[in-house]
Amino acid sequence: MRKSVIVILTGLLSLVLAACGGQAQQAPTTAPAQPATTAPEQPTAAPAQPAPTAAPAATAAPAGGTTNQPAAGGQIERILARGTLICGVNNNPLPGFASVDSAGVYRGFDIDFCRAVAAALFDDPNKIDFRPLSAQERFTALQSGEIDVLIRNSTWTLGRDGNLGLDWAPTTFYDGQGMMVRKDSGIETLEDMDGATICVQTGTTTELNLADQFRARGLTFTPVVFQDGDSTRAAYDAGQCDGFTTDKSGLVSSLTLLSNPADHKILDVTMSKEPLGPAVRQGDPQWFDAVRWIVFATFQAEEYGITSQNLNEFLNSDVPEIRRFLGIEGDLAGGIGLPNDFAVRIIRHVGNYKEIYDRNLGPDTPFNLPRGLNALYTEGGLLYSPPFR
Amino acid sequence: MATEVSRPTSRRAPRQQIGLIEWLRKNLFSTWYNVIITVVLLYIVAQTVISFVSWVVTAPGWPAAFTNIKLLLTWTYPVDQLWRPQAAMALVLLLLGLSSGLWGGIARMVAWGAAAISVVIGLAAFTFPDLPDQTSLPGWLFMFLCAVLLAGGDLLARRLGQKLRWPLIVAWLLSYPAVILILRGGLGLPVVETKLWGGLMLTLILAISGIVLSFPLGVLLALGRRSSLPVIRTFCVLYIELIRGVPLVTVLFMGALLLPLFLPGGESIDALVRATIAVTLFSAAYLAENVRGGLQAIPKGQVEAARALGLNVFQTTLLITLPQALRAVVPVLVGQFIALFKDTSLVVIIGLVDLLGAAQNIVGQPQWLGTPGGVWRETFLVIAAIYWVFSFTMSRISKRIEDQIARSRH
Repeated sequence: MRKSVIVILTGLLSLVLAACGGQAQQAPTTAPAQPATTAPEQPTAAPAQPAPTAAPAATAAPAGGTTNQPAAGGQIERILARGTLICGVNNNPLPGFASVDSAGVYRGFDIDFCRAVAAALFDDPNKIDFRPLSAQERFTALQSGEIDVLIRNSTWTLGRDGNLGLDWAPTTFYDGQGMMVRKDSGIETLEDMDGATICVQTGTTTELNLADQFRARGLTFTPVVFQDGDSTRAAYDAGQCDGFTTDKSGLVSSLTLLSNPADHKILDVTMSKEPLGPAVRQGDPQWFDAVRWIVFATFQAEEYGITSQNLNEFLNSDVPEIRRFLGIEGDLAGGIGLPNDFAVRIIRHVGNYKEIYDRNLGPDTPFNLPRGLNALYTEGGLLYSPPFR
Repeated sequence: MATEVSRPTSRRAPRQQIGLIEWLRKNLFSTWYNVIITVVLLYIVAQTVISFVSWVVTAPGWPAAFTNIKLLLTWTYPVDQLWRPQAAMALVLLLLGLSSGLWGGIARMVAWGAAAISVVIGLAAFTFPDLPDQTSLPGWLFMFLCAVLLAGGDLLARRLGQKLRWPLIVAWLLSYPAVILILRGGLGLPVVETKLWGGLMLTLILAISGIVLSFPLGVLLALGRRSSLPVIRTFCVLYIELIRGVPLVTVLFMGALLLPLFLPGGESIDALVRATIAVTLFSAAYLAENVRGGLQAIPKGQVEAARALGLNVFQTTLLITLPQALRAVVPVLVGQFIALFKDTSLVVIIGLVDLLGAAQNIVGQPQWLGTPGGVWRETFLVIAAIYWVFSFTMSRISKRIEDQIARSRH
């Protein structure tokens, strides 16, 4: 009797293990399989698609000169047919990046990039369903197709890019670990912090980076560690530490919660790499390209100096590369499934990168966050768009 | 008030009549060490109260909650459709007023409480900002209208009397789908999708849906667990023990993350529906155990007598055991409903924005960055007050039901 129970139990266990193992093995193979399975559908789907969607601006463009484009997936067609873009955003308000104002309108840096994608697709930045997502469910929501694009200050890492079956569009915000200190402490750089006590959340890369950075500079410090971000901030606020470290965007949002935000400042130093950008599900190269070039368009517009204010002057420009960028001549955007004037739509409704940054994080906002790495490559930053040609 | 009269006053113990000074001397200053303890504690209490009151008066963050009152109540519900939550609330309050007039007792207690709160909020609402493109009634006018509806319903029902009884019961049964229809739209109304819902509205919908839907499910599970059919009994035991063995957060995650992966049409299932299902399934398992406790408290003689009289199993359950069991567990059930109401704040982690989520968002709005001290204390105090009003109402209802049951036993 006893034996048979054990046999049954081990049998069940092995079944469960086999199921788990099967899934783990499947993960890498499903990703490459997707284009293969969707590709045969394409010939049958392609003739049928344009008729029912009938979204004139967008479907007309690919029909122009790129009929032989090996576009797979059809995510753009699905979005156009649905009539709204579903954009995954932060459910915890991150001031300056995503929050809802008193009239119930989403505002913020990440939100504006959602609006840029919607503007490029629909010529209307409001055709969006914002899907607030927690940190835990954000990638599942993308994998299961619940959302079209995830713009929720998510760091691009090798592990996530590879194992989660996601693709990251260009980084829109180069975040990094920062340090907050009191204004009256006289601290200007990390070197001034020799022997300081620093509040840090334990078990994070933040904690490891902090130790690395101080050791590399030959400085000593006393870490005061906490289990969660809230108590770390509260301890710093209560004066238990000279400094408080986490991601810079997190420091900015922590500012709102300190008992006197005006007494604190964030140092210029950046101690780690946290590239934040839009992510899409792997398996639809065309949609990935579209999101990618929508982000590039905001960079390029800033480089050319095209803003939502002076756009009309540039539309009369004779400079060939600006005419190509604005879609006045050539048929560049058809290859990525976007209408030829997608850059114009983005600039008109949302603006270039500088406008987006200044509106949400710039000097006229309470944050007044210096551009730092988030400047154009011509100004010492990292924003660089491949040529539009 | 009729119930008050019928209460046997002779049961009360005669009150001890002692003066205030005598009471103080006897209880607080009886010995030298009691004097010290009293003085020290009084000092601490006085300091706390004074500093709290002075903070409440001088705190700079109160505007945060009041300018964002629309977010707290309805989140991103379209501004030009705000008359719909108002209409839904007016409908429920009118039914409450009518019930108060017809049945008195608990309904009257709740109705008077709601009317008083409406008047208080109406007075406070003069300070609320007007929203752009507002087509709904201003807050103060609507709250006064609510009070009028409650009082008017009460008077009307008293005049009409018992012929209102069945129409009112039917109206209550239809009110749940009616409210959902008004809020969601359809049948000619423009549709407002549930992803725009939030704030207090979402909290109430989740809690009420959870309570209403989990009640029949829980009762069935409780009966199933005592069934003599092995299949039903095993299923019920498995279900109850499985759900009771995991935290609500896990069930919510299952609903939010695994359902869309497993089901073919997963992405089309509404997030609010998923959360409601999770909350209902969770609550039903606990409710089943509470009801089972009531069922087991019934003496075996009751069932045997019913069988001897020739009642079949269904009749015995419906007419003899279940009414007695439910009556016995009312306080426990209300306690569970209060817990469920507060547990709904967990839906924040699956991306729904309830009252707590809306408050968190307000704290994160950039315009409060310059406010010294931030606005989180004030905002969360407002939220706490809202939660307290609802939980306290439920606990008073439970107390009244207990009193009635205690009286009916004699």
